[in-house]
Amino acid sequence: MPEPEDRREPRGGIAPAGPHDERLLFPGTRLHVVTGKGGTGKTTTAAALAVALSRGGRRVLLCEVEDRQGIARLFDVPPLPYEERTIAATADGGEVVALAVEPRAALLEYLATFYKLGRAGRALDKVGAIDFATTVAPGVRDVLLTGKVYEAVRRRGGRGTGRDGGDTKQRRDGADDPRQHTFDSVVLDAPPTGRIGRFLNVNSEVSGIARMGPVASQADSVMRVLRSPHTRVHLVTLLEEMPVQETLDGVAELQAARLPVGAVVVNQIRSDTLPLELLDGALSGAVPASAVRAGLVEARLVRGDAPGTTLVDGLLAEAREHDERLALQEQQQQALEAVGRPLVELPQLPGGVAHRGLEVLADRLTAQGLA
Amino acid sequence: MSAPAPTSSTPSLDAPALDVDALLDDRGTSVLVCCGSGGVGKTTSAAALALRAAERGRRVVVLTIDPARRLAQSLGLEELDNTPRPVADVDTRAGGSLDAMMLDMKRTFDEVVEAHASPQRAKAIFENPFYEAMSSSFSGTSEYMAMEKLGQLRSRASVPGGDGSEPWDLVVVDTPPSRSALDFLDAPRRLSSFLDGRFIRLLLAPARAGGRAYVKVLSGAVSSVTGAMSRVLGAQFLDDLQAFVAGLDAVFGGFRERAEKTYALLASPGTAFLVVATPEEDALREAAYFVDRLGREGMPLAGLVLNRVQTTELPRLSAERAWAAVVQLEDLDGGGEDGTAPETLSRGDHALAAGLLRLHAARMRRLEREQQLAGAFAVEHPGIALVQVPARPKDVHDLDGLRSVAADLGRAT
Repeated sequence: MPEPEDRREPRGGIAPAGPHDERLLFPGTRLHVVTGKGGTGKTTTAAALAVALSRGGRRVLLCEVEDRQGIARLFDVPPLPYEERTIAATADGGEVVALAVEPRAALLEYLATFYKLGRAGRALDKVGAIDFATTVAPGVRDVLLTGKVYEAVRRRGGRGTGRDGGDTKQRRDGADDPRQHTFDSVVLDAPPTGRIGRFLNVNSEVSGIARMGPVASQADSVMRVLRSPHTRVHLVTLLEEMPVQETLDGVAELQAARLPVGAVVVNQIRSDTLPLELLDGALSGAVPASAVRAGLVEARLVRGDAPGTTLVDGLLAEAREHDERLALQEQQQQALEAVGRPLVELPQLPGGVAHRGLEVLADRLTAQGLA
Repeated sequence: MSAPAPTSSTPSLDAPALDVDALLDDRGTSVLVCCGSGGVGKTTSAAALALRAAERGRRVVVLTIDPARRLAQSLGLEELDNTPRPVADVDTRAGGSLDAMMLDMKRTFDEVVEAHASPQRAKAIFENPFYEAMSSSFSGTSEYMAMEKLGQLRSRASVPGGDGSEPWDLVVVDTPPSRSALDFLDAPRRLSSFLDGRFIRLLLAPARAGGRAYVKVLSGAVSSVTGAMSRVLGAQFLDDLQAFVAGLDAVFGGFRERAEKTYALLASPGTAFLVVATPEEDALREAAYFVDRLGREGMPLAGLVLNRVQTTELPRLSAERAWAAVVQLEDLDGGGEDGTAPETLSRGDHALAAGLLRLHAARMRRLEREQQLAGAFAVEHPGIALVQVPARPKDVHDLDGLRSVAADLGRAT
């Protein structure tokens, strides 16, 4: 269970959507940030979490910020433009809306929305200020991306119309808006663990640099939401040394930055196994190789009059490697348990994750209380 | 092709074999760049290649970006001091040597500023609040700095174009786990196009009051742009930013020149790119992107390192046959209705044989899928040389581990 936390409404003004279900690991969470070392299945986990959260008639926004179109691939839809699109719907009226945040478009939108800089925004674009801001000055990207996510988390209205909420009606401060949140929750497929602290913390740096003025106050509001109990940062890992080490480092970094750490998701757990006592028996020689051979003869993989040594030795060698891997995984599992965050496990799907696979993973996330 | 079954060999693919040893032994190779998406073993591959080259007689310096702690320790990189240090316990009998360093972004940036600005100016730059943010904490700077460092190392090496102040004849670089695959390639160019851009001149305009040429160029846009910027950013912020850009102006010229030199160096025949991937869909997709981009840019691609490939002792016992045997044995044992559920794991006389076959079947299923993915890559990228490195049960974090990876890399198929 997570430690008890301050459940006061943050000043950003977010009311938790959905019930404070006892079953949930993190009740009241509206922004799920999913990070992980490259190659651990971060995007898949984020997508499965969005699917799980959409069940029960809820509306979930799934954001990607890395310009890789990973979401479109997983859901088998054409590449996403910078536009909110429904990419999956459940029978009970739930939906997953996807958005690939593109920094350039986000900046122009931001200028138009917050500063009414339609024309001047285009002038900035013409002299190259937009390019500068989104590509050369790398931190600005992160400010824009987190800013866009912040906007989506707080947006209200637009429910029931089936259209994107509030492009024009959108208010600068949704705090006193009585309308329902546009999205019950937002899942962010975030940058990898190595960059997550910097990415989420970029606004506190900005507010340090800008000191005061509109940029600083916007940055402060974003930080307030990111640090609130409505946000959780989940870390995806495999039971391998480097991803686990990065996870441990990531948790420490997030905690030091006062960002709320959620669950550690252990991905791609293999189900290929055999009873440990049998494996131990075979590897220690307590079970003679002849017993294995007898089974192989029975299965007609070895002829009754053949020694079958190659096959027996080969199988035992593979089992030995499997055993080494298990031992290593056990160590990694212990290291993760020592972090003191809830561990959520996902199986390895043989044959990769197709759309159906996301449903399987979503079931597992729901069963373990992440959604 | 069903090759005779050697022990734990990698499966064969219909692609030309990448002869890593020939590449390393070729004295014409002076820069080796390992690129690929995050988590595919780039750093380990770079370190293993560097070690192998050194033990085959090359004088090597390897630049790592963000090595795992224990790997760093095994290379003697206890501290991050931005200076190459000799690696102990390298076999130098062939006349080679190995130095290693870990990139320190901030310090590299500082060095660039110091090299191009007067001490007073450098001091002003260091004190600007933007500098701290840009040089150390904002993401993206590592790509610029990795390329800057590569340029620096090579300029000191004993290779054509280097000043020979260091004995190195081969620089091996690992690349940062970039947001977009080839940020490190784009960085130098992006920087120079930005420096020539109107925006920078616009920012500098107020600092050069009276510079009539600028006013002329910008007359139309200037008021609406600076007006817009101070509305968005606040006057204080804009002042700091202008001071920062003005301060860096002098540095930028030199910086751009170096960035362009580094780009040219990357495209020169002395450089070899190795794309690293694992046999998974995402990693291979990124690898395909790298291969295409490098080709378009005219960068010299040596080939693909396919890392962590599932191997088998028994290539001729397919997943299908092994699984059929499991079902048969478990039926014989009367062990349960659903032979596929892990809960009904074998009991009885042939439990062990059935269990071992289960493991093999699962392994072969992974292997067959991986080879299918790799095969598809080879078909789409004909002519790209490839070397496969078997998956290891344990992570690599000492020189012996690196040596064994290196041996797999060097084993020309």
